Formats: sequence, C-alpha cells, structure tokens
Amino acid sequence: MNAMTKSAAELRRAARDHILAPRLETPFHDRLMALSEVNDWYNWAGYKAPHSLFDSELEYFAIRSTAALFDISPMVKYRIAGPDAERYLNRLTLRDVMKLGVNRVHYTAWCDDHGHVLDDGTLFRLGAQEFRLCCQERHLPWLLDSAFGFTVDIREETEEIAGLALQGPTSYAVLRDAGFADVEKLKPFDIAAFPHEGSDVTISRTGFTGDLGYELFVQRAKALSLWDRLWAAGQPHAIRAIGYGALNQTRIEAGFIVANADFVTAEGSLRALRVRMPDEIGLDWLVDPDKPNFNGRRAILDARRNQTLKHILVGLEIEGNIPAEHAIVYHRKKHEAGLVTAAIWSPTAKRNIAIASLERPYGSKFTDDLWVEIYAMRELKYQKMMKRAKIVPRPFVKLARRTATPPGLT
Amino acid sequence: MTSFDAIVIGAGHNGLAAAARLAKGGRKVLVLEAAHAPGGATRGHEFAPGFRSAGLAHLVNRLDADVARDIGLDLSGEGTLLPTTVLDGSGKAITLHGAYGESIAGISAEEEAAFVALRKKLIFQAGILKRFLRRPPPQIGAISLGDLSTFAAAGFGLIRKGRSEGRDFLRMLLMNVADVSDEYLSDDRLKGLLAFDATLGIHLGPRSPTSLLGLYYRLTGEVAGKTGGQFVPSGGMASVAPAFVRAAEKAGVTIRCGTPVGRILADRGRTSGVVTRDGTEITAPIVVSAIHPQTTFLSLVDPAESGTGFVRSVKNVRSYGNVAKLDLALDRIPTFEGLPIESRHGRIVLVRSMEQVERAFNPAKYGEFSSDPVMEVTLPSLADPSLAPAGGCTLSALVQYAPYRLKAGWETGKPAFLKIILETLERHAPGIGTSVVAANLMTPVDIEAEYNLPGGHWHHGELQADQLLINRPTSAASGYTTPIEGLYLASAGAHPGGGISGLPGWNAARHILSAARL
Repeated sequence: MNAMTKSAAELRRAARDHILAPRLETPFHDRLMALSEVNDWYNWAGYKAPHSLFDSELEYFAIRSTAALFDISPMVKYRIAGPDAERYLNRLTLRDVMKLGVNRVHYTAWCDDHGHVLDDGTLFRLGAQEFRLCCQERHLPWLLDSAFGFTVDIREETEEIAGLALQGPTSYAVLRDAGFADVEKLKPFDIAAFPHEGSDVTISRTGFTGDLGYELFVQRAKALSLWDRLWAAGQPHAIRAIGYGALNQTRIEAGFIVANADFVTAEGSLRALRVRMPDEIGLDWLVDPDKPNFNGRRAILDARRNQTLKHILVGLEIEGNIPAEHAIVYHRKKHEAGLVTAAIWSPTAKRNIAIASLERPYGSKFTDDLWVEIYAMRELKYQKMMKRAKIVPRPFVKLARRTATPPGLT
Repeated sequence: MTSFDAIVIGAGHNGLAAAARLAKGGRKVLVLEAAHAPGGATRGHEFAPGFRSAGLAHLVNRLDADVARDIGLDLSGEGTLLPTTVLDGSGKAITLHGAYGESIAGISAEEEAAFVALRKKLIFQAGILKRFLRRPPPQIGAISLGDLSTFAAAGFGLIRKGRSEGRDFLRMLLMNVADVSDEYLSDDRLKGLLAFDATLGIHLGPRSPTSLLGLYYRLTGEVAGKTGGQFVPSGGMASVAPAFVRAAEKAGVTIRCGTPVGRILADRGRTSGVVTRDGTEITAPIVVSAIHPQTTFLSLVDPAESGTGFVRSVKNVRSYGNVAKLDLALDRIPTFEGLPIESRHGRIVLVRSMEQVERAFNPAKYGEFSSDPVMEVTLPSLADPSLAPAGGCTLSALVQYAPYRLKAGWETGKPAFLKIILETLERHAPGIGTSVVAANLMTPVDIEAEYNLPGGHWHHGELQADQLLINRPTSAASGYTTPIEGLYLASAGAHPGGGISGLPGWNAARHILSAARL
C-alpha cells in the first residue's frame, strides 16, 4: 500500500505516531537500561529517566566520594544565535548578558511582564553571537514572541543534543583519563570544546551538585560512544551511573532550587497567588537594575520600592533527623508562616536541612521562633512532631574542591 | 536650541487637541508631523486637476463640545444639522431630519412611532455609556474616587427610569443590531440604515454579536447638544484641520511638518524624547504619541524597551480596515433618484435592507470585497465650492466592505471594486457615470499609505467590545499612560476611540497635567 491508496484516516494516524511512545527514551537509554537494577523510572519532561539505578544512598555517595554520571538529556535546550542574540537575551533574562564572556556560563532566570518568574536555567555563551539556554520547562512560544524586533535565530535542540553531568571528586580524573587534554584548565563556569569521534563535545565546569563536576553536551549520534569513553576511563575512579533521587539530595545540600518543585513557574501556575517574583525565591541577586531594560524590570523594582513582595525563600536547619518535606512552617508554633518545599537529612552536613517558602513578614522581619510540623507515617499512623527550625544561609554544604583550579584528582 | 516640555507625535486632530490642552496647561509643546501638512486623516489633497478631497472624514458627528470650548476651536456651522437620506433604489426615499431622525419623512406613521421609541431607548442607553468617554478608563487595581463617582452616576442613570429600563440596558448592551432592529422596526430600509451605521468602520456584520455597540458609539456623539446630530462646518470639512491648527498655535504650540519621527528614545522604562528620521535628537520629559499604538510600540520604541507580553498584546490589536473611501470628480451635480433636493447637502446612505449589509459583510470574512456594497455618500463641494471648479461637483463615499487583506490583492481588486461601486452609483443616480471626470478610490491599503495608518483603520484598532475602555488599545496602556514612563498614547487607538471627537487627545493631555499636580 502506498500513500495514494492509504485512507486519510490512516495518513492522519501515521502522522501522529508519537502517541505510541508517550515516554521518550533519551540517547543514553540503552546504557541506563543495562545498568538499571531496580527499574525505578520517572517522567522528566516526557522522557523516561531513572529515579534510581541500583541504590539511592550509594548513588549519593558516588557524587560525594567518587564520580557520578547523570543523564541530563531531557533538560530543555535552546540554541539562540544571531547579531542581536546578546541584546535579545539581555532583554529576556535578569542578569547582564553583556558581562557574560565567550565560553562562560551563568545561572539566570527570566520573568513575564509582571515580574513573575517563568523559569530559571543556565545560559552558555558559545560564541560572541551564539548561546545555549538550558532550563526545566518549555518556552519556545515565549522565546519566539520575545524575538520581535531582534535579528536572532531561535531553535529548540532538546532532542538533538545529548547531555551528561559528570560530578564528584574524581570527575576530573575521569575526564583526564578519557583523554580530554587541558580540561584541568577549566575554571568554574568555563566552557571548552573537545574533539570526540570526528565531532565536538562541549564541556563546561558546571553542575547541580555543589561538587567538583562537569557537564558534557554532544550530538545525539555520538551520545553512546561518549558514555562508553567516560565509562571505560572511569572504572579505576569508581564511576557510577546515578538517578535523580541522589542528585536531588546533593542539590538541596548545595541550596539550589528546582522549578515547579520549590516554586511554581508563572506559565504553569493555575492559581493567581502561586506566581513568584525573583526576590521571593531567593533570586534577587540575579536582578540587575543597571543593565538595559528587561522583562519584568519595572514590576520587580516597583515591588521592591512599594514593599509589596509577599514571600521569601529561606534555608532551614531543623532539629532531629526526620526530613521535613512539605511540612508547614509555624511561627511560635501557632501562626502559619509557610511551607517546606524540599528537605533531607544531609549525609555530608550531618544536619537536617530544608528549603522553605515563607510568607513575609515571616522570614524577613520575624526570623526567630520558627517551627515545622512533621508528619511521619509509621506503619499506618502519623507521628506528629513540632520541631524547632532555624534560618541558616545556603548552601548547606560548601566544598572547596568545587572551585579549586586545577581540580583535584580525588 | 529651544527645549520643550512635551513632544506630540502626529498633527492629527487628536495630536493637536492634546498639544493645545498641554500648552494651555503651561507646557511648552512641539508637535512633529510626518506629512507636509497637519490634519492627519482630515488632511485634504487634490485628487484630480481642480478637484480636492477634504480627507477621510466627510462629516462631523461627535466633536466634543467641551474639547472645542476648552481649546478654543473656532468652527461654525453646528447650528445646521444635516439630514440623512436612505435610498434603496426604488426611488422612494426616507429622510431623517434633525439629530438622528428627530422627525422622519417617507415612512408610515406607525413605523415612525416605532422608530421614535427605539431612538429614545438607544439614546438613553448610549447616554449611560457616554459618561465614560470624557475620562480615562478605570484602571483595575487602582480605581479612583472619580471612577467610583462615574460608576455611581452610571448606576443611578440606569435605575433612574426604573428597574425595567436598567434590565433592558443590560440585556441589549452586547446584542447585535439586527435583532434589536427586528424587535422594533419593520421597514427594511430603516433597518438597513441602522445596520449600516452600527457597522461602518468595524469588522462586523449586523448579525454579528455585539454589533449594536457601533450604533451606541455613534449615539454617544452629539452636535450642538443634540445626540446623533451631524454637520459640516461652514467652509466645509477642509476647515477642520486649520481650526485645530489655529487653536494649537494660539495656545503657543510649535508645529513642525515634514518631520517624521524615527525613534522614540527610551532607556530602562523611561522616555527622554525622540529622534527624527533625519537623525536630529529632540529631548523632552514627556512624549505624547498621537499616532497608531502599533506604530508607536512596534516601530518607534525599541521592542527591547517593552516587555514581551506587552509587545505581544500590541501586535494582537486587531486593526484591519474594512472601508474604502471614494472621491469622484464630476462635471455636474448628480441627481439621485428620489433624493429631495433640500437633502442633497446631507448624508445619503445607499442601502436596501439589513440583509444587504449582512450579505455585503459575508465575503469580507473570507478576504473578498462586497459585490453588492453599501455606502454613505456626501457631496462635499456643495458646502465648500472651492473643492471643485465652477459647475463641477465632488462626491465622497465611504464604501463597505473592503477588507484590508484582500485575498486577490488590491492591485487587481481595486479596478474591479471601483467598477462595482460606480455601477451601484449609476443605479441610484442614472447618468452619473458619464459625468465622472476622475475617480480616486482609496482602499484600506491606500489609506494606510497615505495617512500612516496601520491596516488603514481610521479607529486605529477595531472598535469592538474586547478593544474598548480598559482594553484600548491593550490593558497595560489603557489609561493613556504606557509601560514606558513619560510616554503617553493620545490617538484614536486610545480610549474612547475614533471619529473627530478630539477626546483621546484631550483626555490624554488632561491626564498628563493632573498626574503632574499629584
């Protein structure tokens, strides 16, 4: 049967065959599948991603003690290029892109006209006129609409670019032994390109763990050979593939926030009061009032001047060792003050830590006498605990090896 | 070099009204006009040797009395309200005398009574809306005392005549003109007139939901205190622009023509002046844009200075014109069959029925012009003999529907549409074809080019429910202020909308002056 004899309904169905694969597989799926002992998968932006591969706790210690390989391919990636790319991104995002050098990365966020955060992410400057923007949610319509009046080309490259995070104290040793010469010269937030299989792999000294680590981007077709190259070189350095559960623990220790976990993105929120300004989720330091106009500028500065900011994001240290995930925060055990958005017992800090969103003036004016109410399910019965919480600075874990250049080998 | 307190972009009547008001408020004002003469859409031009057109508008029906008095506009002729005659081709005319048919000739006494009842109802209802016209639209989240008193007055006005009138207002407000006409009237020609008046210049047919708003808008206008009146100033429409210019100059305004603005200066949310297209920078703390909001924010202000959401909403303003303007040079005064000679200096509407208007609209939805168009006609040279050589006559017609985005393209469409219009005129005024010396048809595309009006839309954006009041032109710029501090909107694209009222410009200027007092 050819196209001429197929019915319209059949052709329509054929054009929609994506519904046959409601979960996409990442370019590294074959390797992950082979390594997965526990078959613990979750949905990351439509991709099948491991929550854990063999043991969350051991995976965590791979990040903190040896080297961990984490598949970041589902991260949404945009290529933004053209003569106006810098000016365009400067209007789109909060930080001053003119200060971002070529082959440098910075963490940033972007807002709608009302100053509500649409997402946060990392901006890679690959050339004078070429950038890659990585983030959690999809934003193509917003990015394209923002391009009116700019000579700039915007392409989504989530599917065609594979990404790997290699994190941990021996991550540099792995790269060195995999033959990436001069990678030790990379300072934090530096980018460099290295040859791989007749193509390039872009390596940046970045990560989401607060540890020494790198992120590698490569064309989809070269993904598996890159994995194998790292895997082989990593054996003497105790490389492990890990899932999100372990990574999440380290990012909480590092004090990083996750869109739609620690705050609700402006386009994703259904309820009017869920949106957040940068200052309400700890991103006030990204806002640069001195650079040229950017989306949300007026609203953010007005909110600062008129003191209409409603929330604040804080780091908490909580007594005891029971993680306070999604616990309600109280002031004087009585007045509701906010919500814990992420919490773990930190194996590295040996502290019970949390990230919480508080409603001002709690967290801004009233910073003492805070409590969290933890409900711990113990064999079909909640054990209710009111635990004292103290506001502490983030990151909870600060590792000298994260920034040491040249990087250490162990 | 002289420095100015405010720069007004565009010397249309709204720009001049804004400039005059600002100057009377003590500001030093410079008006920059791209064309070589002021007047905007009321700027005339010679369209054939010896024959002049007075511009887009051929009647005045909503010039605001407060504006005229305040800026010292010396226009006379208001005393003579012009009649409207409906011709359906049968040779039997209906003529509405006074202000929108205070008395009517050519229909049965029964039908006249029905029209009187409908007219009274519509004028009452339009009166409730009218109080919102002379002030900035209420800003959601920042409702002022003045807003509350306007709401209260509107509410009181609503129940003043009893609950049933109030209920009827809320029932009718968003209805279509066809259903309302059917409720009251039976004469097809009268219904056709209401349908035409409700939809002229708006991309709606009489059966489209909310089409009654267009008629309300017309009836929020008044002349010499009479709702729905229309007149041509002594000296003709060509005297409108000079009157506004005189008022502005008398107030101390400087007007520079042939000076198109290339850029509105803005940095981090604040304007500091303009750069003209020849590169001259003129600074001022206040810039009043009395041109189309889309030109303002999509061409003159660097999009980087606006938010993505704002640019998106400005781009989404619907502003595609649907009316063609015809100027005919004739070697004698035409004779329309059935038109009483004493009514020929008035407005002549060529329409058979409401259904004709609806059917004329249908093709416009699909990017085609009407093959049986409806139009209103005036003979401008009767009031202003200087428009035509001795013995000659000019005819001005607003013809709909003529969609801006014509599928076939206006290059081929224009001669075809002109032929249809001339044939229509020939049916009503046999012999007119042989007296045509020259014809100048301006499609919305021509209007766009001639008057720098995006989409060729004389309201600077559709005058429909979703683009009125707090959404005119778009919510973030609906109170004359814009997201850019110091930059204000003052054209028909701002509240309350188009027509020669002077209100958008005057309201904007008053808002600027009152904000400065705070």
